[in-house]
Amino acid sequence: MPTKFASLLGALVLLAGASGSFANEGGHAGWQREADNEVANLPSLQRGARNFMSYCSGCHSIKYMRYSRLAEDLKISDKLRDEMLVRPGEKFSDYIVSSMPAADAQEWFGKPPPDLSLVARSRGSDWIFNFLTTFYADPASRQTGVNNLQLPGTAMPHVLASVQGVQSAVWDNVEHKGEDGKPVVTTEFKSFEPGVVGTLTPEQFDEFARDTVNFLQYVSDPAQLERQSLGIWVVLFLLMFTGIAYMLKTEYWKDVR
Amino acid sequence: MSATMDKGGGFRAWLNKRLPVDQFVADQLTGYYAPKNFNIWYFFGSLALLVFVMQIVTGIFVTMHFKAGEASAFNSVEYLRREVPYGWLLQYMHAVGASFFFIVVYLHMARAFLYGSYKGPRELLWVIGMLIYLALMAEAFMGYVLPYGNMSYWGAQVIINLFGTIPGIGPDLVEWIRGDYGIGDATLTRFFSLHVVALPFVIALLIALHLVALRQTGSNNPDGIEIKENLGADGKPKDGIPFHPYYTLKDIVGVGLFLTAFAIVVFFVPTFGGLFMEGPNFEPANPSSTPEHIAPVWYFTPYYAILRAVPDQKMGALLMALSVVAFLFLPWLDRAKNKSIRYRGLASKILLGTFFVTFLMLMWLGLKPADGIYVLLARIFTVLYFAFYILLPFVSKADGNGPVPERVTYHAH
Repeated sequence: MPTKFASLLGALVLLAGASGSFANEGGHAGWQREADNEVANLPSLQRGARNFMSYCSGCHSIKYMRYSRLAEDLKISDKLRDEMLVRPGEKFSDYIVSSMPAADAQEWFGKPPPDLSLVARSRGSDWIFNFLTTFYADPASRQTGVNNLQLPGTAMPHVLASVQGVQSAVWDNVEHKGEDGKPVVTTEFKSFEPGVVGTLTPEQFDEFARDTVNFLQYVSDPAQLERQSLGIWVVLFLLMFTGIAYMLKTEYWKDVR
Repeated sequence: MSATMDKGGGFRAWLNKRLPVDQFVADQLTGYYAPKNFNIWYFFGSLALLVFVMQIVTGIFVTMHFKAGEASAFNSVEYLRREVPYGWLLQYMHAVGASFFFIVVYLHMARAFLYGSYKGPRELLWVIGMLIYLALMAEAFMGYVLPYGNMSYWGAQVIINLFGTIPGIGPDLVEWIRGDYGIGDATLTRFFSLHVVALPFVIALLIALHLVALRQTGSNNPDGIEIKENLGADGKPKDGIPFHPYYTLKDIVGVGLFLTAFAIVVFFVPTFGGLFMEGPNFEPANPSSTPEHIAPVWYFTPYYAILRAVPDQKMGALLMALSVVAFLFLPWLDRAKNKSIRYRGLASKILLGTFFVTFLMLMWLGLKPADGIYVLLARIFTVLYFAFYILLPFVSKADGNGPVPERVTYHAH
């Protein structure tokens, strides 16, 4: 029902899409893909929560999110929550905060890993998806040995190397006109080539990343699940109200000549 | 007068002896005659009042949870969105409400442009309305700074620094507005005070004056002719109908349509693709990290585009101020005999159409980065913007004097 109604609101969604491109800044590189995640997909959110807790939460906090709220919204049982989700020494009502000391993080990575509570809102889910999927081997990066297309020079190591493997990037020299009209040669990304193989196939890894992005999108606005299901009834009520108001108005306005 | 006061018995008579309720209704609603030919453009006045009330009510509840301060503001807004029951609804209604306020106000103003509603005898009505618009801009700006996201911080930085371009007092004025050498605690607490106490009072007072002035002159209408000049045998305007029940009922239909659109945005797309709530503002204020492009919210971007179109910052600030203030002089720049665009020539229609397109283009350009083709376009449309005000006296004088009908255009349903 919610999704059916959402399609009824297609016109507005289109409008919102148009406004999105309205506010969109800069170009769109060819390698960038859409996350194509669906926040109403509960199993995907649950898998994303598992991914986040296993691979991300060691360094990254989602400090506005409590274990209890997460479990409730994602329909995770109390037993599973206490056994799998809540970390030793913490309570289920605690916020999900990384235990890494900030000073150490500063020393290890050059900057503390950012809190990810709102990253899906500030950067957008497509950005996170492209960030997670475009790590590649880069010997020039002495710290981590990898680089990233979405965030070149990122301080983050390739945490997902065990599942994705480590791909390498193929570059092209492209000649085009510079601002002064003289030809300029720049190096542009062409494609990825498989390097070290991970435990997941590329398709499986995309799903893995998509679930994780989906989870982060939920975390950025946990009320959105409730918001949309309540919104349908509010809009239906208002449409009915408007219809009745219109009939009443027409009845009275018959007198106006 | 006494006839209405004596009506009814018991409590009603008791009440009316002490408070002129029936008299007020008779004067202002059932006995107030409005032109019968209002079209869709006439919804936006009552809708602006509705949004104002809505902002006050949601604002009262948002204020209960908001903690002004560098360290607390951002967190308290997230707490409201996430942990207060229906806090997300309050916060989104308030934030989306700001954008809808401007949508409604811009359409309300466009109506005045179309039908010459600012022309005599309604010059003061227009000027008071423009003062509401100015107060609303200040109110919205401060409200945008309060959640203290990164765009709040950098937007405030840009806007407050504009006051620094005023010769002589500029730098001191900037410091006085901020309350400190930089934007911080002192800025947030004073903006909070102004946002929830001072400006709402000012706006409420101006709205009251706006309504009193409207009742004094009566509404204009799409034909731009005065219905008071054509009275029937009963002394009522032939083309007028009682505001209540006709326009109260019609306005309720407008309210229904408006609330439906509003609810769709609040419940399904509250950030409206980054247009009503910008992405960078979901990061806490960070003085050491400038957002890629600093852009104010959409309702300020026409003026922002004008500011950036001028290479010299002082001139840019001056032109920007002028572009806002120019509205105030409209009643005296428009020298046509006829009010409504319906009874003006092609030149007037082209001029006004170009102005509407120019305003929308500047709005779009203000959201874009200031480089390449966008700068050139912003300059072209800045020239066109001011060209409207410069050409208006001549064009309106030349082709706004044709014949007008005696009675308003109305087709009965």
